Parts: sequence; C-alpha cells; structure tokens
Amino acid sequence: MIKRVTFRNLWLPYLLLLPQLAVTLIFFIWPALQALYQSLLVEDAFGLSTEFVWFENFEELFSDPLYLEAFTNTVVFSFSVAFASMAIALLLAVMADRTIKGATAYKTLLIWPYAVAPAVAGVLWFFMFNPVVGILAYVLRGVGYDWNHYLDGGDAMTLVVIAASWKQISYNFLFFLAGLQAIPRSLIEAAAIDGAGPFKRFWTIIFPLLSPTTFFLLVVNVVYAFFDTFGIIHATTEGGPAGATQILVYKVYSDGFVGLDLGSSAAQSVVLMAIVIALTVVQFRYIERRVEY
Amino acid sequence: MVENRPYLTVISHLVVILGIVITVMPIWITFVASTHPIEHIMDGTIPMWPGDQFFENYATVLGAGIADAGGIPVGTMLFNSLVMALTIAVGKIAISLIAAFAIVYFDFPFRMACFWIIFITLMLPVEVRILPTFAVVANLGMLNSYIGLSLPLIASATATFLFRQFFLTVPEELAEAARIDGAGPLKFFKDILLPLSRTNVAALFVILFIYGWNQYLWPLLVTTDESFYTVVMGIQRMTQAAESLPLWHLVMATTMLAMLPPVIVVVVMQKLFVKGLVETEK
Repeated sequence: MIKRVTFRNLWLPYLLLLPQLAVTLIFFIWPALQALYQSLLVEDAFGLSTEFVWFENFEELFSDPLYLEAFTNTVVFSFSVAFASMAIALLLAVMADRTIKGATAYKTLLIWPYAVAPAVAGVLWFFMFNPVVGILAYVLRGVGYDWNHYLDGGDAMTLVVIAASWKQISYNFLFFLAGLQAIPRSLIEAAAIDGAGPFKRFWTIIFPLLSPTTFFLLVVNVVYAFFDTFGIIHATTEGGPAGATQILVYKVYSDGFVGLDLGSSAAQSVVLMAIVIALTVVQFRYIERRVEY
Repeated sequence: MVENRPYLTVISHLVVILGIVITVMPIWITFVASTHPIEHIMDGTIPMWPGDQFFENYATVLGAGIADAGGIPVGTMLFNSLVMALTIAVGKIAISLIAAFAIVYFDFPFRMACFWIIFITLMLPVEVRILPTFAVVANLGMLNSYIGLSLPLIASATATFLFRQFFLTVPEELAEAARIDGAGPLKFFKDILLPLSRTNVAALFVILFIYGWNQYLWPLLVTTDESFYTVVMGIQRMTQAAESLPLWHLVMATTMLAMLPPVIVVVVMQKLFVKGLVETEK
C-alpha cells in the first residue's frame, strides 16, 4: 500500500531506509544465513578444519535423546504456561468485568507484572521456593511435601512454569477484558431473558464469542514460552536438575556458547527458526481473518 | 450488570482480590526480605513484616555492590540498564519512523523488497541466531560497549509496521496541501507527520522502554566486563553467589531496584501502555 500523493526523489527514500536496512542486514539477515550455512558443517575440536556434511548435524540432532528430551520439555513447558496463565487470566477478567465498580482499579493492580523481566520473575519465585529460606517451601513442608527444586525435576519444572505464568497473566488479562467488553450487551441480556443463568451464558455465548481472542493469545503465549523465557531458566534452574528444565532456547545457548559445539548449535538454531516462521505464519493468517470479521 | 445476583457479585470481588493478592505476594515477600538483616532470613523463621535494615541494605547494594559476588555497585548497573533501555527505545522509534515514511510516501524501485527485508526480522529473534550474531558484534569490536548492547537490537519490524499503518490513515489532503504550498518531503515529515504521530510515539516508547530494560540474553552475551552489566542480568550472578553465601537480603534489594523503573513506567503511563500493547499486536 502506498499513498495516492507521493513525493518524488531519487535518493531520499533510500537514505531514509538506510539505518533500518543496515541494522537488519548486518545483525539479522547475515547471522541467520551464517547459522544456515554452519548447520551443514562439522568443525573439529580445535577449529582448524571444517567439513561440509549436508544434513548430518540434523540427523544427529534428531537421534540425540537429550535433544528430544529438550523438545518434550519445551512442549510441556509452553502448553502448561499457556494454559495456566490463560485460564487464570480469563477467570479474573470475567470476574473483573462483572464488577462495574472497581474494574478500573482492579486493572491497574493486575497489569503491572507485565513490566517485570522474565529473569526477575524467575528470581522472585526461586527465592520463595528456596528449600532453606523460602516461605512457600516452608508452607509445603508444613503440609507434608518436601519441596526441593535442586533435586526433583518435577519441582523444578513446576517452579519455572509458575514464574513464567505469573508474569504472563497480566497480558492475557488485558486482552480478555478488552474482548469481554466488546461483546454486545444485548446478546447477553437476551439470553438472560430467555432464562439462561450466568454459567450457561458464559459457556454458550461469551466463551465462543471470545474464541478469536483466545486463539490469538494461545499463539502469543506459546511464542512467549518458547523464546522469551530464557531468562527464567538461566537465572534459576539453569536447565537442571539433570536436564529436567532444559528447553530448546536454553540448549542452543548452552551447546553453542558454553559447550562450543558450533555445528549442532547452528542446526538447533535452524530448527528454532523454522518454528518461529511457522508460528508467525499462523499468527498472520489468523489476523488476516480477524480483520474480515 | 444484566441481572441482580448479589452473591455472585461478592464472589466476583473476592476472586479478583484473591488474584491481586497472589500477584502482589511475591513482591511483598521480596520487599520484606530486602529490609531485614541476613540472620533473620537464614534462621528459618521467615519474616512477614518489614525489618529495620531498609536504608542499610539499599545503601550497600547501590553504593558498594556485593564484593563476594565479584559485583560492582548496583547503581552502575541501573545506569547501564537505563542507557540501554533509552537507546533501544529512542533508536527503534527514530529509524522506524523514517523507514515507514519512505515506504508510505515515496514510490521507488525495490520498495516492496525493502519492506519484506524489514518484515523478515520478525522471524529472527536473538535466540535463534545467538552465535553468529555474537561473532558479528565481536568482529566489529563492539563487545563491552553501550553500542554493542543496543545497536544490534535496534531494528524493528513491529515499530515500522505500526507507523506505516498509522501513516496510511493520515488524510491524503495533508500531503497534497503541503505540496501545493511548496513544502518538500522533509518539511512535511517534520512539521505535519511528526506532530500527528505524537501519541503513537509515546505509546510505543513505553513498550520499548520495558523491552529494552528487560533484555537478558543479549547483555549476557556481549558483556564480560562487569562495568557494563545491566541490572536484570547482574541479578543472576548474585543469585548464584547466594547459593553458598548468605546474601539473600541484598539480592532481594537488587531485585526490587531492577523491577521498580519499568513497573513505575507502566503504572504511571497506564493509558499509553495499554494503547501501545494493543497496537503493536495488531
């Protein structure tokens, strides 16, 4: 799309685009191409020689039980985070929407965790669940559960899921509340006159009408859990214990940056790239549809 | 309210208040822990009410840092975070404004190609190209510098789209009138388009400031020199140290300080924040 009235100038538009394009090419496109190329190479331990091996890195990757475990972890983690944060946010949004008095004040009190960095959110919960000094670990001990995320993989996963969901509730809440407020009151009133109670109205009218918002948030939350949660993992469990919270993004970092396995790390990058592209396509196709509504 | 069901209204309020309590609880615990001497935290009786060490603890982290964790003063880290967040926010807005202006108001060869190149950045978050990007920044000698911290993150497809979308809604007559009056493109941009974009710029600034402040992976990669640590990533080093040393009160004070600036921005500029959030997701 372009304006009907345009300016004519031979070099000015290029000059205006130059900074954006330069940064994009140098720091985005070029490294991405490098990753694509390196994913087809194998380098020896001293970095002295490299060999072109086609898709060997990928074959190795997908036959590596550790990588497949990281894949499973990522899927479990993402869907737990998406489900938990969306369910809680929807509940809170529906309740806040009912209370005409106070909805604005409630909104202010609920949205600020969006501003907390994932890594900081991780540290907050890490402290509260700390087996020695944490208040929640203390409470859990009181009811007979011996919490220890240093030893128990399930506990560690629960910890990062809680931290990641806590931060994301505010975002989902905002979008659900906006979605709820956009539903025409007349529909709900008509159903009420026909004798449908609040729960029936929610499941048969409100929830189906919210489905575009729900689907949109599902994609956004999965993207968030896949890519923006590196800080939570790195600042708390560091992928442990025994790889129980090792997610894909964390593995790219630890294999490439700490383990210095260039070929494998690049192949993992390419797999992640494919996932981002797929998710972006889903998101954009969907948004295209929403505009038609 | 469709019908009057008092008991349901009471339940609604209770549920929301419970939600708020759960949301706020981690911050309260953190704040309380940051105001106690370490002995109160380590002896197993977890305090629920602020102690009397508020000034001592915060003065320690701000001024001296945690020497045992090889730390530098948190004041320096906060300054680094501020520089990084402001550079990223201002930089992204500036280069996206002019890029969107070129794409919407000029007709030139390869216009759509430029547009698609910018679009592709959406699909390439730092996380998927960690090593090669690090290599580029290292080769350019940008490690341990403010420019290395912020420049590689400055390209923005989202901001460019947002401004493009907004420019398309600006009435054609304005550009026509400007041309008839003999204004060139730059004068039109400066005197008409920029003032019109003010609200969008402000809304985007709020979002991007938070984005920049909360960066974690990138500062972790490009800073090895402690004097360039940002506060969000600096906390991680302290947490690791707190595993063996009794430092939790200081770590929690730092956590409060790392959270405060972006949270204040969100609360004070709530309207702009919500607008920015909704617009960038369109």
